[in-house]
Amino acid sequence: MAQVQVRTQWLPINGIVYTLDSDENIATQSRTTIHREPQTMNHIALKMLMGDKGKYLGIVMGLTFASLIMTQQPAIFVGLMARSYSFISDVGLPDIWVMDSKVQFIDDIKPLQETELYRVRGISGVEWAMPLYKGLLKVRLADGTFQTCNVIGLDDTTLVGGPAVMLEGTLADLRRSDAVIVDIDGARDKLGKPSPESGGKNIPLKIGDSLELNDHRATIVGIAKVTRTFQSQPVIYTTYSRAKSYAPRERRLLSFVLVKVKAGQDPQELIERIRATTGLAAYTQDGFKTLTYNYFMKNTGIPINFGITIALGFIVGTAIAGQTFYNFTLENLRQFGVLKAMGASNGSLLRMILLQAVLVGSIGYGLGVGLAALFGFAMRHTILAFKMPWQLLVFSGAGVGLICIIAALISILKVIRLEPAIVFKS
Amino acid sequence: MSLAIHCQNIVKTYTTDGQQVVALNGVDLDIALGELMMLVGPSGCGKTTLISIIAGILNQDSGRCELFGEDFQSMSNKDQLRFRAVNIGFVFQAYNLLPSLNAAENVSVPLIINGMKRSVAERKAKDVLAQVGLGERTQSLPAQLSGGQQQRVAIARALVHSPRLIVCDEPTSALDHKSGHNVMELLKQVAVQHDRVLVIVTHDARIFSFADRIAEMDDGHIVKISNQTSHHLDR
Ligand SMILES: Nc1ncnc2c1ncn2[C@@H]1O[C@H](COP(=O)(O)OP(=O)(O)OP(=O)(O)O)[C@@H](O)[C@H]1O
Ligand SMILES: [Mg+2]
Repeated sequence: MAQVQVRTQWLPINGIVYTLDSDENIATQSRTTIHREPQTMNHIALKMLMGDKGKYLGIVMGLTFASLIMTQQPAIFVGLMARSYSFISDVGLPDIWVMDSKVQFIDDIKPLQETELYRVRGISGVEWAMPLYKGLLKVRLADGTFQTCNVIGLDDTTLVGGPAVMLEGTLADLRRSDAVIVDIDGARDKLGKPSPESGGKNIPLKIGDSLELNDHRATIVGIAKVTRTFQSQPVIYTTYSRAKSYAPRERRLLSFVLVKVKAGQDPQELIERIRATTGLAAYTQDGFKTLTYNYFMKNTGIPINFGITIALGFIVGTAIAGQTFYNFTLENLRQFGVLKAMGASNGSLLRMILLQAVLVGSIGYGLGVGLAALFGFAMRHTILAFKMPWQLLVFSGAGVGLICIIAALISILKVIRLEPAIVFKS
Repeated sequence: MSLAIHCQNIVKTYTTDGQQVVALNGVDLDIALGELMMLVGPSGCGKTTLISIIAGILNQDSGRCELFGEDFQSMSNKDQLRFRAVNIGFVFQAYNLLPSLNAAENVSVPLIINGMKRSVAERKAKDVLAQVGLGERTQSLPAQLSGGQQQRVAIARALVHSPRLIVCDEPTSALDHKSGHNVMELLKQVAVQHDRVLVIVTHDARIFSFADRIAEMDDGHIVKISNQTSHHLDR
């Protein structure tokens, strides 16, 4: 066997010896290089991680699970909360909503006197002001059962506040006698006619069918698409005056006054003026959405329920991923010890662990968000609420990042405290 | 012949659960450059502790230990690491190869720690693997190699950066007689050089004949140093 060809020169600098490589093969590339700083050991870190397939999968799966829970649950939450004000979005056109000062959210109807409409119309800066009726009324179905519906009464002449998307018929058809428009989900499901065979699907309502509201006949002239609301009752659109005739006889029936701001008029200023003049509450569209949203946040168990689920996802994710990652480091402790004995610094070992954590974190996060998106896509035609704005992705990303930092930190502490002398232990 | 290792009155005590174990109780030992020194003695007498201190991966409680005229205790942490990375090669009983790296990658690790580019380091690692007779197995993972072959990879890793000290703890204990003998032949052939020192801890009487000198230890002391029929190589 030949003698080892490798030769190294020794060059004492400041009392420390550095290698100056003078191997013939390598000399052309590095003759003048005195190596001081270690090269990165990234490839070693990655091979170490992938080398143990079982553990690697375990860590990634733990993080995927955490990421999925922390994305999917808040997405349903955000979707649900957005439903609380979806009617306000659907009405769209008006800039300002005027209502009783005690109203706390969109379905909290405290009717006004009809005269308020004329008072608002008289305020300067108001382009137009229209009445809106919104109320829950019982509808008698063909089989004699009753169904509570959300009845919306639009200004008779302008029909302001009507549904944005008409699937069949037109909004203007509301001007015909006894005319109502129903939403497609209601028409298909809760208002549908019972199937002739028992257990079969309801037969959807169609144009020309009729309903009975408070002993008044109503004829369907159109089918609309509306954004699902919180209560998901069927929605029935009609004119303001017809809605009044369907509603039980009461002194006050005006739910909201919808206001368009004159061009050049500051909406906030107008709101102040309306409040001062009428003593009523007035909000911009966004302001009313926020009011409604906050009401649901404060007064329902929804945020707490979701908060608990999300926190559990975080804790379980930390437990699984953190544990497996830490175990992985523990199992590789001897390898880290060997590297330490051979002169690798704590800093370079720390970078190895961080790289491993970042890699499993990114993969787990990506898979989790992907699965959540897939879930949302699969459920898009169902009643399930699901919304994944970018803020949510930042949120779950931060969550997964935190899990990885926790997992990496405990591993790093272990490796930093490691005595290289363990390498001689068998 | 110049001195490579100079140990003077080294004491090391371990404390576990409040119990004190004196592992080294005043060890004096000088080893010259070019020498192959074996440390032998009963289990628990302090052999591993002594080479750990010599190699700078363990601190003694008292006494002086100089390696090539330098004292680890007087170096900064960073200089200690640099000094180890450059000057010391390790061979272990359990090989301690990184299981997910192939032979060439394993051997290149000391070069990478010393700042050599990965591609160059791996090329050089392959050359050294050829020297230890594993030129055909550079891409094999440790698990795909026999014990003897793994120990050869470990020897290549201990040599690749041309360190001046190679410490081996029971390099043949996990091997059968023939592989153990081959590994020692190899070490003797490729590792012993006039500007280098080898310290080998062993129980294995069958390999004593490879030593230049043998230091016998008992109970934290060196009790006897015997000269072998000189195997000194004239290089
Ligand atoms: N990390 C440690 N903590 C506590 N005691 C230790 C430690 N390492 C070694 N010892 C003790 O120190 C003494 C010397 O141990 P050492 O490992 O140096 O012996 P050794 O001669 O290498 O033995 P062996 O031949 O079994 O490898 C033993 O009594 C051992 O139990
Ligand atoms: Mg030992």
